[in-house]
Amino acid sequence: MSAPIIEFKNVKKCFGETVIFSDFNFKVEENEIVSIIGPSGSGKSTLLRILMTLEGIDGGYINVAGESLWHMPWQGQHVPANNKHLHKMRNHLGMVFQHFNLFPHMTVKRNITEAPMRVKGVSRAEAEEFAEKLLQLVGLADKADSYPNDLSGGQKQRVGIARALAMKPSILLLDEITSALDPELVDEVLDVIRNLVKEESFTMLLVTHEMYFAREISDRVCFFDKGAIVEEGEPEAIFTQPKEERTKAFLNAYIGQ
Amino acid sequence: MEFGEIVSVLLQGAVVTIQIVAMALPLAVLMAFSFGLIRLYAPTPFKQIAIVYIEFFRGTSALIQLYWIYFVLPFFGITIDAMTAAVVALGLNIGAYGTEVVRGAIQSVPKGQYEASIALNFTSSQRLWRIIMPQALVNMIPPFGNLAIELVKATSLVSLITIGDLTFKAKMLADTTLQVGEIFGVVLLFYFVMAQFLVFFIRRLETHLSKGLGRGGLHS
Amino acid sequence: MNGFHWDWAFTWEVFPMILTAAKVTLLATLLGSIFAIVMGLVFALLRRSNSRTLRISIYWVVEFIRSTPLLVQIFFLYYVMPEFGISMSPLATGVFALGLHYGAYLSEVFRSGIDGIEKGQWEAARALNLTIVDTYKDIVLPQAIRPMIPATGNYIIAMFKETPQLSAITLLEMLQMAKIIGSENFRYLEPFTLVGILYLVFSLLAAYGIHQVERRFPKEGFSLK
Repeated sequence: MSAPIIEFKNVKKCFGETVIFSDFNFKVEENEIVSIIGPSGSGKSTLLRILMTLEGIDGGYINVAGESLWHMPWQGQHVPANNKHLHKMRNHLGMVFQHFNLFPHMTVKRNITEAPMRVKGVSRAEAEEFAEKLLQLVGLADKADSYPNDLSGGQKQRVGIARALAMKPSILLLDEITSALDPELVDEVLDVIRNLVKEESFTMLLVTHEMYFAREISDRVCFFDKGAIVEEGEPEAIFTQPKEERTKAFLNAYIGQ
Repeated sequence: MEFGEIVSVLLQGAVVTIQIVAMALPLAVLMAFSFGLIRLYAPTPFKQIAIVYIEFFRGTSALIQLYWIYFVLPFFGITIDAMTAAVVALGLNIGAYGTEVVRGAIQSVPKGQYEASIALNFTSSQRLWRIIMPQALVNMIPPFGNLAIELVKATSLVSLITIGDLTFKAKMLADTTLQVGEIFGVVLLFYFVMAQFLVFFIRRLETHLSKGLGRGGLHS
Repeated sequence: MNGFHWDWAFTWEVFPMILTAAKVTLLATLLGSIFAIVMGLVFALLRRSNSRTLRISIYWVVEFIRSTPLLVQIFFLYYVMPEFGISMSPLATGVFALGLHYGAYLSEVFRSGIDGIEKGQWEAARALNLTIVDTYKDIVLPQAIRPMIPATGNYIIAMFKETPQLSAITLLEMLQMAKIIGSENFRYLEPFTLVGILYLVFSLLAAYGIHQVERRFPKEGFSLK
């Protein structure tokens, strides 16, 4: 097997006094789909946010696609990354947010084309053509000229997915993408992801509370608690025969619902 | 004095008042944006300069600033005419309050918008000008409207450095004709109409700008 | 002219005079604040009256006062009131004008403060058969005061910074004193700068004071009895 596409080595992360990760190690292989489950406040979202460079780290190293994410070589040493390095590294990554974070002052189409055009210098024609394709993929071809506030939550999130895909990231980070949705809208969003992984291969890291979805889509499921992976493995194993007490308790609470 | 004559003298004064507003307002907006952005994004020494400017002009009184610029600057060899002193003093004063409007509006844009624009790899200037500022502008309109009204009101101070604005003409007429009730009544009405005109204009602008935000709401 | 230097001897000579005038400034601010709070409450309560006509008239009165210059209002009171046989001293005129002007602003603060009280509190008061006066006195105001403190404080500081306008009707407050000193000595630098610094110091202190009051104010409100 080739080198992992994502690797956390001895990562430390604190928010003030609160320690999120004290010595965190984690690997993701290329084209692997990994679900992260666990109680809230366990550091799941922080993991994604660190990868997306929305949060810095307080120690350790992270490699993405063979290069250090938060550090760069400089005069033979590893120094904290500058903006240019981060800009380069972000090209590997795309993120879909729990609260969509669509740009309210832009149409759906511009939400999708703005970054490819401004950041990657893609021509308008090309960006719009790809946007149309993506909107078809997420089933919103007729909404190209609507504004985000005219869409339902499920539709917004599908635009959020299309917007992230427009940058053609090799790693897709999904941060509780259905948590802010009414229950009846959850499946339309998850269906988009289901179709997506059928058609193309992605490295995907998802934080989710939809256990059935994690079980169905993942190559690996990690159970997180208090900033550490308590247990990980194939979905069937985790969901049917969890070994750790904490995993059992957590899953029971979910099934109990 | 005939009522018509009084009104015509007052109208001359109103023109001067409007001229001062027309010159001081752009200066105030310029100060508000430049120092508001410096306060948020510039390196520390520049930030400190901005804070000194903001605190000084907000912490002292507009009339004292006007007097200081008009009466004290000549001691430093800078002699400026009353009109320039008026525009500079009022522009800098309202501009200092405006910096907080700019800062507040930018900070009120939800954090998720910054995060999404980082995730999409926009540069920091693209982030500010293409994503944050268009949304912040809509938030700025109502408080800037209030400041514009404050500016119109503050122009009355220039009458105290002998500029022939609306208030100056009123006082002059009051001293000579003794028809004080009519004069000050009409003057108050003039100011009120100017303010109402601004209110109307601001509402129009707000509706117009927020259309681009998909029916006005900011949360998507 | 006197050139570009700061005259310390002159500064120390005029400083006590400006401090004496500062007492007038502070007195005008204090009396003006009290009057403004009373007027603000009156306006705010009238805007909740049952009569639609009264509510609308008060709205426009407040709007009118807020959108016209304080200086013109000062002149209006100073020149026009005597026509009606009411002659007031510059200080009384000033206090009246400041109180009216800032009362209009404060009425909005009080109104939104009162509106901020949950509907359930009014309903509970009605269920307990409290009179309207008791409802305000015992239920509404004690809870509404704390959230009103910052905005009220800021308006009082703003009022303080507008007191120099009273020099226009010859009240001998700080700015008027500085103006007189300046014209008698042909030196404006020191007196005006001193007044500016004093305003800065007083308003920073006041801002700190308001913050302290707000911080120390009991969160659960307090009884007005």
